[in-house]
Amino acid sequence: MGKIAIRIDGRRVQTDEGNTVAAALINEGVWGFRRSPQGESRGPLCAMGICFECRVTIDGEAHRRACMEICRAEMEVATDG
Amino acid sequence: MTLRHDALIVGGGIVGAACALYLARRGLRPLVLEADFVGSGATSAGMGHLTVMDDSPAQFALSSHSCSLWSDLGDQHGELWEEDPCGTLWVAAEEEELPLLASKAAFYRERGLEVEELSAADLAKAEPELRPGLSGGLLVPGDRVIYAPKAVRWLMEEAVALGAEVKEGSNVLSLEDRTAVCDSGSFEADVIVLAAGAQSARLLPSLPLEPRKGHLVITDRYPGFCRHQVLELGYLKSAHQMSGQSVAFNVQPRATEQVLIGSSRELVGWDKSVNRGLVHAMVERAIEYMPRLAELSVLRTWTGFRPASRDNLPFIGRWEPIDGLWIAAGHEGLGITTSLATGELLADLIVARQPTLDPSPFDPMRVVGGS
Repeated sequence: MGKIAIRIDGRRVQTDEGNTVAAALINEGVWGFRRSPQGESRGPLCAMGICFECRVTIDGEAHRRACMEICRAEMEVATDG
Repeated sequence: MTLRHDALIVGGGIVGAACALYLARRGLRPLVLEADFVGSGATSAGMGHLTVMDDSPAQFALSSHSCSLWSDLGDQHGELWEEDPCGTLWVAAEEEELPLLASKAAFYRERGLEVEELSAADLAKAEPELRPGLSGGLLVPGDRVIYAPKAVRWLMEEAVALGAEVKEGSNVLSLEDRTAVCDSGSFEADVIVLAAGAQSARLLPSLPLEPRKGHLVITDRYPGFCRHQVLELGYLKSAHQMSGQSVAFNVQPRATEQVLIGSSRELVGWDKSVNRGLVHAMVERAIEYMPRLAELSVLRTWTGFRPASRDNLPFIGRWEPIDGLWIAAGHEGLGITTSLATGELLADLIVARQPTLDPSPFDPMRVVGGS
């Protein structure tokens, strides 16, 4: 399986082609994906697109579900966890 | 079992709560009979826009006086109901709408309301997500946005503190002379106020009120996406249409950083299901004005029923055919705005105190050719 490069909060990392964004983040040790309105850290729970806990900003677009997005080369992922 | 009270108020929405508060302030101890829970109907379904309207001199008088009452309350307690002094921005899409924008500005200015006309460039600066190529705007900076479900609870608690009483889950089945028959028993009073929104016509079929259904869509949190309540200039044309379906561009920033998207109007009885075709048309209309709305994630869509009278004015006053019956209903999409002035006016009429506003345009007897 080939490798592609994405950016996580500005940090360039390599990940396996075909990985979800959630998998790529967890492989990098990132578990806090976003903050709740009360400021608590949130990350993936269901990993199948239902719970919306894993939302991140992808290429400037807020509220994307990291578990449902496949990594693309040079994708910019922003977390707030 | 029959219980006697100073006054009964049928309906615990924002209009009923305002009537309870002003009656209590005038020394009565009203009992509010609410079929479900306080604020459960149109009060919680709408946008919560406090706006001075220019569609008729009477509507202006009612809405501007009510906005000043809200302003007095809001200065002390506004944060309890998430008050946001964001102002209203009316948008003219086409050059041919500019004369209408100018006459709207003149209407407000003649009546002493501060407004600001915006060029196309000013408009883009005021609301960056609006598409390029719009013709101009009119900013009404004094208008506000509130969260009505919280405001109605405060009004009711304030009324209760002054001696009012509230019974939730008390569905009124019929009205007779000085008596409201409830599923839980009958209540008697010399004064009965019918403030049940569009449901008022169920209890009083001779009152020409129809439920005018609307849809709202709420997005996820997008901080700073829009800064004002923004409406297309043609909004009132949509609002006054009495047949078919209509949509108009109307978006609002919420205190939660979410965006509320409206609006639709249709007459389909009490069917509260979401009409997907109409929601699609409504959102498309909004996207015409703010293209990036298409990228936002939507959390929820719901419907509600505006109580629509035929002349676009509410009924506030005595209903002569039934002894002791007064009406405060028919506010269409302006019930949050005009609730306080309605409560004050109705309470003053009931206790025979000189009202602040001329009550005649709102006299319910206009529909039977009386007074």
